Amino acid sequence: MQTLLFLILFPILVACLLLFVKRTALRYAVVTLSALAIGGASIYLLMRYAFEGAVYFAAPSETVSLAMVAIEMGLALFIIYMGAKFRNYLAIVLAVIQAALVVYLETTFSGNLHAVNNLFIDQFSIIMALIIGLIGSLIAVYAVRYMETYHHHHPEVRDRQRMFFFVIFAFLAAMFGLVFSNNLMWVFFFWEVTTLSSFLLIGYSETEEATRNAFRALVMNLLGGVAFVVALIYLAANEATSGGIELSSVLASGDTAVVLIPAVLIGFAGITKAALMPFSSWLLGAMVAPTPVSALLHSSTMVKAGVYILVRFSPVFAGTFAGFSIGLVGAVTFVVASAIAISQSNAKSVLAYSTIANLGLIAACAGVGTYMLVWAAILLIIFHAVAKSLLFLGTGAIEHRIGSRDIEDMEGLIVRMPMMAVMMFIGIAGMFLAPFGMLISKWAAIEAFVQAPFGLVFIAILAYGSAVTVFFWAKWMGKLVTVTRNQEKVEKGFFQEPWAPLYIITGLVIATVLLFPVISSMLIEPYVLAIYGATARLGEANVAIMLLMMALLLILPVSFLLFKRSAKRLPAYMGGRTSTPDLHFAGSLGLTREAQTRNYYLNEYFGEAKLFLPGAVVCAVLILASWVLAGVAL
Amino acid sequence: MTWTWLIGAVLFLILAPLAGGLIAGIDRKITARMQGRVGPPLLQPFYDVGKLFEKERVVVTTAQNFYVLAYLIFIALSGALFFAGGDLLLIVFAFTLAHVFLVLGAYAAHSPYSHIGAERELIQLMAYEPMIILAAVGLYMVTNSFFVADIATTAIPIILYLPGVFLGFVTILTIKLRKSPFDISTSHHAHQEIVKGITTEFSGSTLAQVEIAHWYENVFLLGFVYLFFAWNPIIGIIAVAVTYFAEIFVDNVTARVRWQAALKSGWVVAGALGILNLAILSYMMTGGA
Amino acid sequence: MAFLKRSPWILHYDASSCNGCDIEVLACLTPLYDVERFGIINTGNPKHADVFLITGGINEQNREVVKNIYEQMPEPKVVVAIGVCAASGGIFRECYNIVGGVDKVIPVDVYVPGCAARPEMIIDGVVTALGILEEKREKMAGAAQTKESARRAAGEST
Repeated sequence: MQTLLFLILFPILVACLLLFVKRTALRYAVVTLSALAIGGASIYLLMRYAFEGAVYFAAPSETVSLAMVAIEMGLALFIIYMGAKFRNYLAIVLAVIQAALVVYLETTFSGNLHAVNNLFIDQFSIIMALIIGLIGSLIAVYAVRYMETYHHHHPEVRDRQRMFFFVIFAFLAAMFGLVFSNNLMWVFFFWEVTTLSSFLLIGYSETEEATRNAFRALVMNLLGGVAFVVALIYLAANEATSGGIELSSVLASGDTAVVLIPAVLIGFAGITKAALMPFSSWLLGAMVAPTPVSALLHSSTMVKAGVYILVRFSPVFAGTFAGFSIGLVGAVTFVVASAIAISQSNAKSVLAYSTIANLGLIAACAGVGTYMLVWAAILLIIFHAVAKSLLFLGTGAIEHRIGSRDIEDMEGLIVRMPMMAVMMFIGIAGMFLAPFGMLISKWAAIEAFVQAPFGLVFIAILAYGSAVTVFFWAKWMGKLVTVTRNQEKVEKGFFQEPWAPLYIITGLVIATVLLFPVISSMLIEPYVLAIYGATARLGEANVAIMLLMMALLLILPVSFLLFKRSAKRLPAYMGGRTSTPDLHFAGSLGLTREAQTRNYYLNEYFGEAKLFLPGAVVCAVLILASWVLAGVAL
Repeated sequence: MTWTWLIGAVLFLILAPLAGGLIAGIDRKITARMQGRVGPPLLQPFYDVGKLFEKERVVVTTAQNFYVLAYLIFIALSGALFFAGGDLLLIVFAFTLAHVFLVLGAYAAHSPYSHIGAERELIQLMAYEPMIILAAVGLYMVTNSFFVADIATTAIPIILYLPGVFLGFVTILTIKLRKSPFDISTSHHAHQEIVKGITTEFSGSTLAQVEIAHWYENVFLLGFVYLFFAWNPIIGIIAVAVTYFAEIFVDNVTARVRWQAALKSGWVVAGALGILNLAILSYMMTGGA
Repeated sequence: MAFLKRSPWILHYDASSCNGCDIEVLACLTPLYDVERFGIINTGNPKHADVFLITGGINEQNREVVKNIYEQMPEPKVVVAIGVCAASGGIFRECYNIVGGVDKVIPVDVYVPGCAARPEMIIDGVVTALGILEEKREKMAGAAQTKESARRAAGEST
């Protein structure tokens, strides 16, 4: 239990310490050391608890719970203050409702709020802790130098780095708390802390746009928070059958009809947090924040909290129409967001849409909730976290070098920033190509849906979704590997911004593929087995083939040596016009003109304006349907 | 563990280029006859590839050769997996990986024509991917296995359960065989409107590798067609021959469509034929029977 | 092995011809003459081509284009000038903008006379060119071999 408490409390300690650190060098030292400590502790956690199944801890509750309620009230007051300051009354209303509900819960059902075990750990929590502890802290390390450069590039933004790093570490602490809490009241507390942290981080630059988007994120997540409290009240009121506010007893409750209602409400909170449609706009708006924030929100924290809770509750969803409906929200989000990603040329918005799509896929797996699908969902969470953090950090580093985050401007990155391009290449490959992670998960999802009742609906959606996924990733990859001529190499200054976190995460992308059988058999399968009594895995022959493909991919670059010799170089064919290697050609009237190549964005078919509204409407209807269906089931 | 699967893979790796080249030769001969011409010798595709290896090595950038080699290797790998009786979904994904390499090769060259070809190749990829996944899923629903080894040895007449899926698959087969009306990225005929599309900048031995990869690919795809008729080998082989002949016929009587139409066709057949077929099938399997 | 002779891919370029010869070139591809019998394919891409068929006397505008296309074709390659204009400028010879013959710009291997050149003659010209193509290939292979052995010798000495 000490490790758990350490992981929750230590980041808070570091956060407070960072409030007083002003110099970048010192901050870098502090952040790196604490990242090492946190990463080390999460690995220790893996060694210590990986083979023990679920372990519960009766942590001190009374005083802590009181303190949490007090902090929640404080947070509500803060939101009301901020809402008043920026005239966002919706946020105030939601904060007031939420606070009132919490007070109601505390006063009316105070007898039902005593959990026996407040903390717990099982394999799924370990996986989440590893993601938060490794990826999250690497992002924090990266952020130190990034923020230094950021303020150099944006002198107009007020330097609030101390607050920034305070929030980042508080965020990590809250995430740890969230995945270790067995008491749903505690989960809710940490849930609200992540909401507020993301609000502060998104609004960091204090521009009008940033503030607006921060409030949008806040409002949407508060909406989920309200649903969460309602679920808690419902659980407390029906303690006899529902199992009260202990996660483990709720999941073990025999009365599925009673548990389904709070599960659907918490699932709704998960949907808002995971930015599924129609709530996807807050995650897109979050792009205005400095890149490490996006990386954090997209890969290891925040949205992962949303899908974490969905996957936790998927045994309740399994086999119900309400769960099926939630799964459909995910599936529709997957296909629509992937399609919209085609029309985006801003790298960060492509990444954002792809995150939304993949979270949708995870939600689809969690909603239908057969054992194979839960297995696939956890795989998706792991692989997505690793690859996506790499892509965000990479995009941030590229933006600082070339001054743009437009994919078109990344043309020829392989010439201009070879190291960076290779890392991005691996990251993108990690998102959609065999034998990398996301593809393994997608594959597992297809195999699982085939066997699920009415899985065909999902298969159909998945088939289209994965087709568009290939399109938008491959064209980005193409831009990266385009060999442009007469371009300056801008990778210099390599050591000014240490890219160590990037190297480590790149290594992780490859390592997760190579170690995937181990991860699966050591962590995911025992978890699924413990809950469903059955588990899924990929066939050994297939795993062997995947590893073979991976080895082949790693060896193939050696063949470059073959091509070094004796090939004559000619400029590209330009319809017979004399042209230079960088595509300048003799135009008419004796002028030299330049040909440029641009990707297809197919805006007419896949534009945001065209697809977002229908997708959002369908998802909203499906969410309502899940409520109705849960009510009918009762 | 038996080693019979290895025999299938090795036989494919050795024989598929021969068979593929021969099929291409027959294809050209039949095409010529349909146009009232004599046509080239049967072994012409081999002469062509042999010649390409004799030519000077010319590149825009050396990196392009790397991607094309990777394309060839992964096409051969996915075909070998298929004939080794491997998992159909894994094969489909390896196949996609291979094509992404081809696309990257065209991108790497940084040439306007090959760039357009690459974009169109991606559109083709997007057009046929849903149907190919649905076909794999359909075969699973009938035979209860994703493994080619099981599907190929089944006693069930799969085609009777999956007529829609089969028609859908044949439609996207036109895309894969680079045949009109869907040969938008590059055509197996000499002339098209974007010079030579994705292969514009590949020449000499690199182009030969693309050609050989295409042979591998064709044999693999015809093997996929065979799976639908696998319960009776004789009918299976006849069906493959008829299907291929129908593809040649369509190739000769249609004009190339725009990419929009190619994409819509691929997606509509996947939806209208594939999904509908599977929906009825799953209804029959759960509700009806 | 001489596959080159069995698979000559041609590239056809109209360097300001009156279109008379062009029609005849295309006629070779029709069922009546069907040059695909000899493995001849009309590619549209210099990087794939072995034989450069060129019609017309070349004017100042397309002079650079002809040069460029020729350079883009990988070795071994041959040039066949089709029609009298391609040989000497023909009736356009005196025009202010006409260069007057393909060989003023790039080396020509075979001249096919005529106004317009007949398909039979064009095919005959291409077949003649194949002999030259084969010679060039042998020369190229020989040169490559000498180079390779020289390199090996150099490698051994160092």
